[in-house]
Amino acid sequence: MVSLLKVKHWAFSASVVALAAGIASCAPSAPPTAPGAGTASPAAGTGSGSTITINGAGATAPNPLYQRWFADYNKVDPAVQISYQSVGSGAGVKQFLEQTVDFGASDDPLKDADRAKYPQARGAGPIQVPSTGIFVVLAYNLDGIDNLKLSRESYCGIVDGSVKTWNDAKLVKDNPGVTLPDVPITFTHRSDGSGTTAVFTKHIEKACPNWKAGSGKSVEWPVGTGAKGNEGVTAAIQQTPGAIGYTEFSNAKEATLKMATLQNKAGEFITPSPDAAAKALDGAKPDANLAVSVPDPEGKEAYPIVSLTYLLLYEQYPDAAKGETLKKVVNWALKDGKTAATELGYIPLPDEIVTQVASKLDTIKVAAK
Amino acid sequence: MATSVDNPTGMSYRRTEFSRIVDNGFKWLTTIFAMGVGVTLMAIAFQVGLQAIPSIQKFGLGFLFTARWNPVEDIYGAWTQIYGTLITSFLALLLAVPVGVGVAIILSEDFLPPRVQKPLVFMVELLAAIPSVIYGLWGIFILAPFLQGPMNWLYQNFKWIPLFSTPPTGRGIYIASIVLAIMILPIIAAISRDSLVGVSPDLRQAAYGLGATRWETLFQVIIPTAISGIIGGVMLALGRAMGETMAVTMLIGNSSNPSPSLFAQGSTISALLANQFAEASGLQVASLMYAALILFGLTLLVNVLAELLVRRVEIKKI
Repeated sequence: MVSLLKVKHWAFSASVVALAAGIASCAPSAPPTAPGAGTASPAAGTGSGSTITINGAGATAPNPLYQRWFADYNKVDPAVQISYQSVGSGAGVKQFLEQTVDFGASDDPLKDADRAKYPQARGAGPIQVPSTGIFVVLAYNLDGIDNLKLSRESYCGIVDGSVKTWNDAKLVKDNPGVTLPDVPITFTHRSDGSGTTAVFTKHIEKACPNWKAGSGKSVEWPVGTGAKGNEGVTAAIQQTPGAIGYTEFSNAKEATLKMATLQNKAGEFITPSPDAAAKALDGAKPDANLAVSVPDPEGKEAYPIVSLTYLLLYEQYPDAAKGETLKKVVNWALKDGKTAATELGYIPLPDEIVTQVASKLDTIKVAAK
Repeated sequence: MATSVDNPTGMSYRRTEFSRIVDNGFKWLTTIFAMGVGVTLMAIAFQVGLQAIPSIQKFGLGFLFTARWNPVEDIYGAWTQIYGTLITSFLALLLAVPVGVGVAIILSEDFLPPRVQKPLVFMVELLAAIPSVIYGLWGIFILAPFLQGPMNWLYQNFKWIPLFSTPPTGRGIYIASIVLAIMILPIIAAISRDSLVGVSPDLRQAAYGLGATRWETLFQVIIPTAISGIIGGVMLALGRAMGETMAVTMLIGNSSNPSPSLFAQGSTISALLANQFAEASGLQVASLMYAALILFGLTLLVNVLAELLVRRVEIKKI
């Protein structure tokens, strides 16, 4: 009897604890972020010392590049230490607005609703600047087929579920001379909310007339398997013959996945590469908030699925040295950090946008109030 | 309650003031701990419920029976997830209960020499200590490719049965259920074994004394005596299966389109929460909280059912 009682109580409390833990682990990771996050707002006196520690948080897509930039900058100026937590764009914006970080990062430009929540103590408005371009590829797993071409009709069909097997007439037409297998297509998408999904669906929404699910960080996919995180999608593609899924170029490159050549708006088939993706940003006109949107670039040589990712800075820093340093770091990253960006599979910003970013950064008030 | 500590009978032993304080202090301390568990539970339920209100108001009970999860248009319904939670847990139990109870029997009787039995007991318990992400990875990289062949065969030959009507892809309800079964197996085996071992040796001796065979003793005396403990273990395992997040998220395919096929991708409530919480906002958060509340309710239901079942079985026994 004793053991029975124990078991029953154990059963109940264990399941409750499991549930609680489940919920806790899912909560938007607001508090346990940057180890020194507390230094962001109140401790203004730190700037006088020799080391300047800066904390940022946000988007995961540009994380490898940011880590590289901040590590490189530390070599240029060892007094500056920047730590960046890739907690996701949504959490990045949230922490930025709650002033628990020194800068935020997001794959999407700030929404008006978010701008309205900007803390008054930090000046008139957020300083939003693009940092780099990311581009999304369709990676696939088909033995012996290394150069898959997908027309707009084909990839639209794959994502909306109307193209079901690899030897579909549309795909055969795109790839003359290639024997495509009679294997079902397993479309793989992200199951968690993701900036990559936002970039991809924005393009699909524009390019595919039959697409009904709209665009956003997470959408209601008509078909396919959902995998969590870039690594989940990568694993699913690597393992499943006949799989195809979207991921950032840098990620696909690192995992050595095969990437499909896609047809752009002008009708050309473009192999994904940083150069082709940079063409998509040619002549792009940023708006007043320096947001650039190219859901379906017009250029003849432009790779079709491209987007910018943004840094969010405050107009005023309680610690003037921090504002000054951040300004320097961003300017450095956009100019001297270009090679690192290309190496890692990101798109360096075109010069005219870099100039605009520099003048925007000048609006950061470095004099403490 | 408080009066029971006083010594009204005035028995001969004498207690010092100090021991009285220690006794009372201990009693209060443990009461506070016990209350703390209850208060935490209530606080979680309350908080989850509170945050779910916008979604409850908007979707009502229809939320339970609609299979939509559309953050773009803010339309939510958790039917696929509720179904996925129930079907994966059910299938996991279906696979794990016979095996688990069987393991418990062989490890509680003296079929095996102790030199073999002891390490086996240890290994079964060790199975429970493996982190769920390892199970998930194992499922993805080893079990899924291994099962691809047999499952394909099932699909090719039996696709007229709705349960096998879609091509298996390595992610889906079937594989999540199988991995869940392995994960809950040690719970069932360990607890069942404990309750089988706990059956008084007198009963066994008596049964043998009356001329019962080992079969009869096992199935008519030992197992019926231990049944409430076994059911307790099964229910604990069910609770674990319903709440399991990591491995299921990695394996189930996370699709909110409902399908009768076990090879199709599905989702569970915990997987949904794990996937969507980080980047959710507004009504989506409320709907996730609503889904969490439903999971809470399901867990409660399982525990109440377990309680009832155990009581029923016990009465029958007498």
